[in-house]
Amino acid sequence: MPNKLRSKEDLEALRRELIKERKSDRPLIAVCNGTACRPYGCLQLTEAIKQELSKRGLEKKVELRITGCHGLCEKGPIVIIQPGDMFYQQVKLEDVPEILSETVIKGTVIDRLLHTDPVTDKKVVHRDEIPFYRKQERNVLGNNVEINPTKIEDYIAIGGYAALAKAILGMKPEQIIEEIKSSGLRGRGGAGFATGAKWESCRHAPGDIKYVIVNADEGDPGAYANEGLLSGNPHSVLEGLIIGAYAIGSQQGYVYVRNEYPLALANMTIALNQAEQFGLLGKNILGSGFDFSVRINRGGGAFVCGESTALMASLEGKVGEPRAKYVHTVEKGLWNRPSDLNNVETWANVPLIINKGADWYRILGTEGSKGTKIFSLVGKINNTGLVEVPMGITLREIIYDIGGGIRDGKKFKAVQTGGPSGGCLPESLLNLPVDFDELSKAGSMMGSGGMIVMDETTCMVDIAKYFLTFLEEESCGKCLPCREGIKRMRQVFDEITEGRGSDKNIEFLEQLSATLVDSSLCGLGQTAPNPVLTTIRYFRDEYEAHIKDKRCPAGVCKTLIHYYIIEEKCPGCGICVKECPQEAITFVGKKKPVVMDEAKCIKCGVCSDVCKMGAIGKR
Amino acid sequence: MLTMDEKVTAIIKKYDSDRGQLVSILQDIQTEYYYLPEEALIQVSETMGIPASRIFDVATFFKAFSLQPRGKHLINVCLGTACHVRGGSRVLETVERCLSIKRGETTKDRKFTLETVNCMGCCAVGPAVKIDGDYYGHMSTDKVNGLLEKF
Amino acid sequence: MVTFKIDGREFKAEESQTILQVAKENGIDIPTLCHHEAIEPYGACRLCIVEVAKGRRNRIVTSCLYPVEEGLDVKTNSPRVMSNRKMLVELLLARCSKNKVINELALQMGIKQSVIRPEYLEEEDCMVCGLCVRTCEQVVGVSAISLVNRGITKEPASPFLESARDCIGCGSCYYVCPTGAIKMEDKNGTRFIYNWKVEFKLKKCKICGNYWAPEKQLEYIRKKWNLPEDFFDICPTCK
Repeated sequence: MPNKLRSKEDLEALRRELIKERKSDRPLIAVCNGTACRPYGCLQLTEAIKQELSKRGLEKKVELRITGCHGLCEKGPIVIIQPGDMFYQQVKLEDVPEILSETVIKGTVIDRLLHTDPVTDKKVVHRDEIPFYRKQERNVLGNNVEINPTKIEDYIAIGGYAALAKAILGMKPEQIIEEIKSSGLRGRGGAGFATGAKWESCRHAPGDIKYVIVNADEGDPGAYANEGLLSGNPHSVLEGLIIGAYAIGSQQGYVYVRNEYPLALANMTIALNQAEQFGLLGKNILGSGFDFSVRINRGGGAFVCGESTALMASLEGKVGEPRAKYVHTVEKGLWNRPSDLNNVETWANVPLIINKGADWYRILGTEGSKGTKIFSLVGKINNTGLVEVPMGITLREIIYDIGGGIRDGKKFKAVQTGGPSGGCLPESLLNLPVDFDELSKAGSMMGSGGMIVMDETTCMVDIAKYFLTFLEEESCGKCLPCREGIKRMRQVFDEITEGRGSDKNIEFLEQLSATLVDSSLCGLGQTAPNPVLTTIRYFRDEYEAHIKDKRCPAGVCKTLIHYYIIEEKCPGCGICVKECPQEAITFVGKKKPVVMDEAKCIKCGVCSDVCKMGAIGKR
Repeated sequence: MLTMDEKVTAIIKKYDSDRGQLVSILQDIQTEYYYLPEEALIQVSETMGIPASRIFDVATFFKAFSLQPRGKHLINVCLGTACHVRGGSRVLETVERCLSIKRGETTKDRKFTLETVNCMGCCAVGPAVKIDGDYYGHMSTDKVNGLLEKF
Repeated sequence: MVTFKIDGREFKAEESQTILQVAKENGIDIPTLCHHEAIEPYGACRLCIVEVAKGRRNRIVTSCLYPVEEGLDVKTNSPRVMSNRKMLVELLLARCSKNKVINELALQMGIKQSVIRPEYLEEEDCMVCGLCVRTCEQVVGVSAISLVNRGITKEPASPFLESARDCIGCGSCYYVCPTGAIKMEDKNGTRFIYNWKVEFKLKKCKICGNYWAPEKQLEYIRKKWNLPEDFFDICPTCK
């Protein structure tokens, strides 16, 4: 059992010791074990490296570090070797012996495991030379590579908890709040409310018992930015939380983690236990006399619980129904007491601001949006992954310079930010700077971090319907406009995508949208129309094609598409015949094209997926 | 072997019989029995002094809970936006067809329960499917059969 | 005390009061469905929405929950309020297309025919205002029923959809329901509340011989207030 740290000197002494231990001449192998790398088999890979090191008697001579997300999820499993900062991607089990013999022992580079710069077509050795990373500013997420998230010692060695010591041993709560206010930090959960102002209101709200809460209920489908941060560096979030608690005057904190994030849950639980063991959490933190404890709660699988009042209801053991916020939660929140709720990423920015100061923080970003933002860049993009960029960077730079452009040689069509509360932005807006207010003006919003790229094979009407279907299931059902309105909108989309659309549809959608925006009880209903309104605004021609011509230009809406055999390309191999669940395709004879009975076709698309000759057409 | 009564008592005690932790208590019961047996919920109601109606509404509100016994293997097909854009709904349809059940249902032989999830954090390898604790990426309609046969 | 305006008229009220309370006290008519003075406001039906302006900010809020403020300018039937309210009633009508109360409300709003296609119209009576559940919890105190499920399948129901074991048969849910969605019947000395699958033996008055209230309800009240055993043997009329 470690001794509890009871002063700044204790912490610094420990840090010096840990740095010395880290500063060995030992080579280091850092393997990403983040959630997104798991389908690639990174756990088996890590085990294989362990075994190989053991086989060669190198366990003590080489350090193997399991880390959280490195960011370039597209190219996982990712292994980084020191010395030399060598970046290996798509590493297979078979590569392990060679990595040890060549790179770790001899220091030579294995070309085939290197990243190829798509522009120069040359191999790149070091991480910071990879185009994906060049335009990023990984101030918050970058530390993932340096630490094992389940080892507090790693976090302390790289400077962790210095901000905590500075804040609770050297600053007054009001000073801390001033610093956060000056930094311009705005909530990273989506709404972008000024964090410093929120903390200040909570501090001044009447009441002795106050709560601070980490909202880790990242529910936007396609967004896993919070996941990568929470599971990869839970201490950064915890440190921010403790500082905030001290500034506000709270002694009880909660971390509300989405049920669908088992890794984040596990790693945060470990982090809390370790922080407590080291005297960085619990009673008399760092000998300051400040007591603060944290409890983890799991979500139950409800998107609406990302809304602050619904989250708090769930923390009270009730259904996740939001309530009116005419009286703000900073005054009456959890158990009717002053509560400050902030997003995972917001909390993680706090230690940075305390350590380096508000002036430093203000260097990056635009006038209205300071600092960086983490996005999960996904969809039809080449470099899928978690990116951290300075506010003010354009969508074009993110998608093309960092994201590497559209995959499979297709053409960009739209980018969606803000999840179901956000909107789809077209090519004409690619030069839009990523900024809270700019995104709102365009009809979208920052959201918690999802950035989904779409190409010409995405139907924008289908996307709007997708989000409505999602929200229909996730609506808590309490208020009339959201519960009934979203359903009715979705029914209109059923009509449009099934060839039964009418000229009155768009007007009705706009009217109903206005009612949802104005009269819904909470943000879910109020922002539900955004995907509908932005797609109507920027892709009206697609709606008209569906309604007037009964045609789906992108080839997605099942009722409106027809599969057919491209006879010139069909060698008559019969694979599609076997796979067709409806036996709609018949084998005629060798070297003769197959025949499809369109009446039987259910548009499942299996034939198109299995055909190696591109002989299945779609119109 | 502990009885249900004993197990539930232990779970309630683990959370200090704190009403605010009701969701966590139900989650532990769900993990233990793969669903929420009525008996267990009545016990929670009587032990903690929470009206049965207030446990039933929580049990039916959250997707994590099932009031019907679940299958041996839980299949989660991701319908997050990134997976959707890469054809996730077609993968779901194929699984539904292969197992002859719709999402939210369990096969007659109680082998599989099919659920959907809205983003698991595997967007890079979408469409993604999770079976029990294991993740499978780059799913497509033609790979479904092969995957299910493993079970 | 704060001073503010509703529809151009000036009022003074305590800060803790809501716009709806002040409006009602002064004969200003704002439609409601999920509101009841004996119960905490809930904000589900949204019919009581009004437009409020404070300085430059203009927004739509539910008057049942919004507390009065100094300098507030409230409009109870501005064009924006009316168009929202009309659409809300359209949504109600689409769900409860055959319900008498909802149809009357639709007529009042000038809706002659639903804007929703006939094949999508539903014939529910319940519009999930939650009054039954909230009354049972806040006034009666037994919480025999709750709003179960989420989203479009949300509905008031008894635990496990079985006979509501905590129900005492008082019928408060039936009396408070604005659309008549609760089916209750007293016949042959028994009270049936069909929605919660319960039935209760009614108490017979020792004097007039009429059945007047469920025995279980009377027993509950008797125990709660520590009343003598024979307190309810005589019905209130005969007393």
